[in-house]
Amino acid sequence: MLLAVRHRTTYRYDPAVAGVAMRLKLFPSRFDGQKPRRWRVSLNGAAVKPDFTNGWGDEVATLFLRGGVPEAEVIAEGEVETHDLAGVLRGFREALKPGVCLRETPRTRADAAIAELAREADASGGSVLSRAHALQDLVSSRIAYVPGATDHGTTAAQALAAGKGVCQDHAHVIIAGARSLGWPARYVAGYYLAHIEGGDVATHAWAEVWVPDLGWVGFDASNDICPTADYIRVCSGLDAADAAPLRGHAEGVAAETLDVEVGVAPVAQTQQ
Amino acid sequence: MFDEMRGADGTRPPYREIERWLDALGPEALALKRDEAETLFRRIGITFAVYGEGGDPERLIPFDLIPRVFSATEWRTLSRGIVQRAKALNAFLHDVYHRGEILKAGIVPEDLVYRNSAFLPEMMGVDPPGRVYSHIVGIDIVRTGPHDFMVLEDNCRTPSGVSYMLENREIMMRMFPDLFARERVEPVDGYASMLRATLEEVAPRACRQDPVCVVLTPGPLNSAYYEHSFLADQMGVELVEARDLFVDRGLVWMKTTEGPKRVDVIYRRIDDDFIDPLVFRPESVLGVAGLMNAYRAGGVTIVGAPGAGVADDKAVYCYVPDMIRFYLGETPILKNVPTWKCGDPGDRAHVLDNLGEVVVKEVHGSGGYGMLIGPRSTEAEREIFRRKIEADPGAFIAQPTLALSTVPTMTADGAAAPRHVDFRPFALVGREIRLTPGGLTRVALREGSLVVNSSQGGGVKDTWVLADR
Repeated sequence: MLLAVRHRTTYRYDPAVAGVAMRLKLFPSRFDGQKPRRWRVSLNGAAVKPDFTNGWGDEVATLFLRGGVPEAEVIAEGEVETHDLAGVLRGFREALKPGVCLRETPRTRADAAIAELAREADASGGSVLSRAHALQDLVSSRIAYVPGATDHGTTAAQALAAGKGVCQDHAHVIIAGARSLGWPARYVAGYYLAHIEGGDVATHAWAEVWVPDLGWVGFDASNDICPTADYIRVCSGLDAADAAPLRGHAEGVAAETLDVEVGVAPVAQTQQ
Repeated sequence: MFDEMRGADGTRPPYREIERWLDALGPEALALKRDEAETLFRRIGITFAVYGEGGDPERLIPFDLIPRVFSATEWRTLSRGIVQRAKALNAFLHDVYHRGEILKAGIVPEDLVYRNSAFLPEMMGVDPPGRVYSHIVGIDIVRTGPHDFMVLEDNCRTPSGVSYMLENREIMMRMFPDLFARERVEPVDGYASMLRATLEEVAPRACRQDPVCVVLTPGPLNSAYYEHSFLADQMGVELVEARDLFVDRGLVWMKTTEGPKRVDVIYRRIDDDFIDPLVFRPESVLGVAGLMNAYRAGGVTIVGAPGAGVADDKAVYCYVPDMIRFYLGETPILKNVPTWKCGDPGDRAHVLDNLGEVVVKEVHGSGGYGMLIGPRSTEAEREIFRRKIEADPGAFIAQPTLALSTVPTMTADGAAAPRHVDFRPFALVGREIRLTPGGLTRVALREGSLVVNSSQGGGVKDTWVLADR
């Protein structure tokens, strides 16, 4: 499938700040299931190029705006060709070893309830892949998708206790549960083509679990499926904060407001 | 118990001059000299804040007048062992941030490295100039016999205390010039120029002129601020805080009255977590936004490298002799203290059965906090540690209680009595490894005490390395 994406993020500062530093991980991954065809990132209209590829295999750009900055507008847009690999991240290059993704973070600490959920999934038997699917199903059934029920600081344990949350919470609980079983797991940020009118927002997140012999496999409890050709993978990290595609740091004191607009649509391809 | 002055057959040769000096002065004169020394230290302003104890945060660290002495022969062995260790630790750091051969070979458990919060994924694949990660390695060494030196722990981040080494010598030379005239003591005052040479040697590729080095401090509220300003002053470089620096076009700049000046090497005395709010703690005001990016791009060198702390963890410590064999193909010159890892069920059982005999330490702890010294502990203290270990075994290690060597130390009335000591030399790693003949000797001032940390009633001494005759 060919997907067109437009992702605009606008930070407004009142009063204008002396400077803004930004770290962007807004460049879709390249692997067998995904190829950016045309991709452009800009900050206040100026094109942004990545400076390096980090250990996670994600391209990173660092930028600065100086001298009375009232607004920083980041636009990422382009087209990405996708193929359904049943969630398997095949042909992706990264330096990081899966063992790093066993590390607990404050947002992904497994409490007794998460550990119990993970044991239940583990007890379902079969391969790691099928037990990871069981974990995804369990998380999906225990945490209802309720936008606004949680915020960016909600931990995996809090989300499971509340029984509701968004994609970030689903991913965090899968990650915490998988790690408690000794399976490396990480957080993936990306885009998603929602099929239901007025449905899901187009920025999305899911978990990846390291499966022996297969490597990283995506699990999305929000939709209870592994990523398909509707998914665009952008970057990953130990949790949502670590994986954040945009991170800004303003110099000076100001009220900051954030405005985000995302659109993902299939591009009509003419038959040859 | 080994006393470094009084050996089995009388006074050991390195201490003969010290003995003559002590006898000639006598306790009363020594007590007067001690007061004089304290006045001098107060005038200089060298202080060390003590966390978690209340009281005067600007308390003076007690200085003991009687030097601790190593012979030239002893120093040769020590220095070879220190250099060997500094090399292996740096090789380990390069390895774990690249291919991880020592982990693949099953020599160091992957978990100890990858699940360690000091391991920074952001450093994967980064190539610091000269492959140096830990540029200043402080190795804590204890002695238990005439030929028995053991490493207690490694400090690969930015070990402090070197200012005491320099100031202690300065005060001693000022107060007892005649003593230095009679004994040939290796000088330590080359440290600052060696540190500066080390910093210049690891300047980034992008640096085409004489490297500009700075010392980055969290500010005057930090307990080691005195040392930061002292070292900057001694090296003749700027002491800066984060707000004095900014990143532009992949390079780091310092704000000066003549406009921005490029900075090539940053000797930072702030923790990893705080160095760049864009990458690590977002709320940090001690760091410079974009610094990690400039570092990765080769525009600046950060000394020591972020993530170097993964080599000085107390659990990783157990494997340093293996690192020496693996990377250098050499036999370790300095021994490790035998260590039980509470994460290991067999070791844990042994530790719990012998809490009254062993020293228990937190894997990530430092500064003598969170430690149990078995033979000096109460039943209640042992019970607290038993519960702590059972709750989180991987967070603790234990070691036998060592009979640390003693050296003559002044008591309240000016008499000399044996007190336990340890030793921290500072190896400088650039294109070559440099070692000042000396270091910081810490002494437990209370009779029988084994805790030398300044935060727990420890003091410091001048440390002599005698020149070859």
